[in-house]
Amino acid sequence: MAPIPEYLRDLQAEIQGYADGFGLEYFPQVFELVDYRQMCEIASYGGFPVRYPHWRFGMEYDHMIKSHTYGLSKVYELVINTDPCYAYLLEGNSQVDQKLVMSHVYGHNDFFRNNYYFSRTNRRMIDVMANNAVRVRRYMDRRGVTTVENLIDTCLSIDNLIDPWTVFRDSTGPKKSDSETEAEENSEDDRVGRLQSVRGYLEDYVNPPEFIARQRQKNKERKEASKRKIPQQPERDVLGFLLQHAPLDAWEADVLGIIREEAYYFLPQIQTKIMNEGWASYWHSKIMTEKAVTAAEIIDYADVVSSVFSSAPGHLNPYKLGVELFRDLERRWNMGQFGAEWDRCDNLQMRSQWDKKVGLGRQKILEVRRLYNDVTFIDEFFTLDFCRDQKYFTFAENRRSGRLEIETREFEKIKTKLLTQLTNFGQPFIYVVDANYLNRGELLLGHRHEGVDLRLDYARDTLRNLERIWRRPTSILTLIDEKPKRIRFDGSEVTISDETEAFRV
Amino acid sequence: MRCRGKAPPCRPIMISRIDKDHSRFREIVRGKIRKNLRKYISRGDLMSRKGKETVSIPMPSIDIPRFSLGGNQRSGVGQGDGEPGDPIGQGQPQDAAGSGQGQAGQGEGEKSLEVEVTLDELAAILGEELGLPRIEPKGTDSLDTKKDRYISLRSSGPESLRSFKATFKRALRRQIASGTYESGRPIIVPVREDKRYRSWRTDPKPQSNAVIIYMMDVSGSMGDEQKEIVRIESFWIDTWLRSQYNGLESRYIIHDATARVVERDVFFRTRESGGTMISSAYKVCAELIEREFPSSGWNVYAFHFSDGDNWSVDDTATCIKLLRDTLLPACNQFGYGQVESPYGSGQFIKDIRAAFPSHQKLVTSEVTGKDDIMDSIREFLKGGR
Repeated sequence: MAPIPEYLRDLQAEIQGYADGFGLEYFPQVFELVDYRQMCEIASYGGFPVRYPHWRFGMEYDHMIKSHTYGLSKVYELVINTDPCYAYLLEGNSQVDQKLVMSHVYGHNDFFRNNYYFSRTNRRMIDVMANNAVRVRRYMDRRGVTTVENLIDTCLSIDNLIDPWTVFRDSTGPKKSDSETEAEENSEDDRVGRLQSVRGYLEDYVNPPEFIARQRQKNKERKEASKRKIPQQPERDVLGFLLQHAPLDAWEADVLGIIREEAYYFLPQIQTKIMNEGWASYWHSKIMTEKAVTAAEIIDYADVVSSVFSSAPGHLNPYKLGVELFRDLERRWNMGQFGAEWDRCDNLQMRSQWDKKVGLGRQKILEVRRLYNDVTFIDEFFTLDFCRDQKYFTFAENRRSGRLEIETREFEKIKTKLLTQLTNFGQPFIYVVDANYLNRGELLLGHRHEGVDLRLDYARDTLRNLERIWRRPTSILTLIDEKPKRIRFDGSEVTISDETEAFRV
Repeated sequence: MRCRGKAPPCRPIMISRIDKDHSRFREIVRGKIRKNLRKYISRGDLMSRKGKETVSIPMPSIDIPRFSLGGNQRSGVGQGDGEPGDPIGQGQPQDAAGSGQGQAGQGEGEKSLEVEVTLDELAAILGEELGLPRIEPKGTDSLDTKKDRYISLRSSGPESLRSFKATFKRALRRQIASGTYESGRPIIVPVREDKRYRSWRTDPKPQSNAVIIYMMDVSGSMGDEQKEIVRIESFWIDTWLRSQYNGLESRYIIHDATARVVERDVFFRTRESGGTMISSAYKVCAELIEREFPSSGWNVYAFHFSDGDNWSVDDTATCIKLLRDTLLPACNQFGYGQVESPYGSGQFIKDIRAAFPSHQKLVTSEVTGKDDIMDSIREFLKGGR
């Protein structure tokens, strides 16, 4: 990698000037020029120059190089969320491509810096990743590549079991005052366990004192038990829980910690994929079409952009969805098409001519990029008008012909589908329920069923991997075909048994 | 940002870090193939996945398992024209719109996990797994031929070989450098020094000096299953021998009561009925060797597959005579594979085993089902001749 040549430095200065003019707030931006192999390498490493050694990066690379060589797809640009923000330009791209990529990158950079969900990420991640890599390499030298690699495989298999809100939670939490705690203790003590008596004079017969004493005793035991129960509440940060409670050697805990740290770092990018790409695309097209592109370049520009925004029918293009939503938002807020009055108006003609000339568009989109994530973004701004305008539909497989077919154009169904796909990034909700299940030190997880079953073959293999970390049998509560079941791996075989109740939080 | 578009051609530049991860990945792939080789061999589905130089192998087990949602994967939200019920083609359905970016491993589930290995690699894996020795070829390297290819340029040569493009490029460069080029009047006049002529480079082209002759019994008693076994077995023998020689010729002979040399396709597809005279095939084979592949310079491998139900004792005697006098001396190895069929008596293998109790060049093997193919291949190839 080399510092960029002079003509690209000039381009950068030009584009940065436009970004300033539009009021983007970004981290210092560093561009580096790489050839396509280096690009594929860095892309395989998730945008970082150094990662710990692992075969899956090689697999990713294999795939990318092949699709590049066969001309199927090409990594145009790569930018990472750090301060200063690093981005890579592909050597041999035309000048208009480089301008486009730079404008796009300034959009991402602004998003990284301002979006709330990125606010807790470590902006020195390049160093962290490099240090992690050094430690993993050292473990490999000491303990053998296969041993460490196996552990990494195991940890990766559970790296989606994290809690997106952990980073925003104050670890201490609001404390109750002593008197409050005491009052709670007393009041509960008295109430619980008493059977309801309709008539006051029957009270002593319905709840004789010895019965109350027994109930009190039971209650106390139950409370004690739940206090001893680990975790007291179902815990979504399974990785964090294992880190604290699993019987791991120091180096194993370190590797698990590394995987967890990196998983949390990448989380906001998954949480805001549509917004982030939409925002960057909004700005590249703004900067390019209003400022940077020359008459001679316009065809090439349009050519690239059309391929970025193209949507195959069976494919949701996050760039397209994001950029159109931002544009729609800007237009609506410029024309005052929001608020109670707008929502109430059902006169089609009035709506189509609605323009209050309030000009709040720019302000609104800047606010939205700061405060929203994909779920809230779609939930609030994916409107009926937008959906019709952009011709969205849902599709499904026709069981008879095996073809994918358009299912419906009903707005509600489309939106529900979209939001369902985005909820928890399409991952199941998994909790640690009990670390001492059946009083045998077994680990019990719970799957909060949201309508879709777990993939069973993967669930089995994942339980095996969990057992390797927990070193005791592991189980997960879930629903299979709407029946509550428990899948258990006891160290030698996987069994599925019936349960009386489904897991709920 | 990813774009669909044309890519520039490959350039070999080495980067150490990713290369390590990459070769580790290849190593794992090889390990998996090796572990499942018996399965791959007996299923025979690798042959249908064969490209020119590579084979793609489905490999779901290389994925990292995670708790994930199963069920109705092939559905989603799309964009565009059309009425409900219209087909939308086989676009990649997207579950979890967010799972592509970010962590490199995040999007893996969406790709079909197929890995490509070259035939050479596959042969190497086969060799390792079966413990096959390398073959010491007989004959000499003198069979290499030289081939001239016009791929370079030089500054002198006949006018008929002048390269216009290179010549004008040089002329343009010279004119720009000397300032005589006007963009308003772009006239390029090449002078003598600008002229470039196409020139050749000589590449040695290894000439094959090995041949495999496959013979198969296509009489009525050989069913589809038997042919499938022959097909699979010859694919692997082919793959292995190809990795041992630079270039390899193949010939195919089918026979029932009469024999003829056929194309590869015909070899695997023909089903004839009628009796079996194995000697007819051996005669054709002997003639073929004599005519095209004299054993002094050629490494000849012959494999014969049959259900072992020969027409008569006399014919078997003729076969044994042909083997002893002509075929065995001419071949590096003669392999006889007997595929079990419900109709055949399977006598032939007993007869030739009795006739040649321990002949170095003759290898016999009995295949009762697809699971035996791997052992049979080992039998055939472990001699390393």
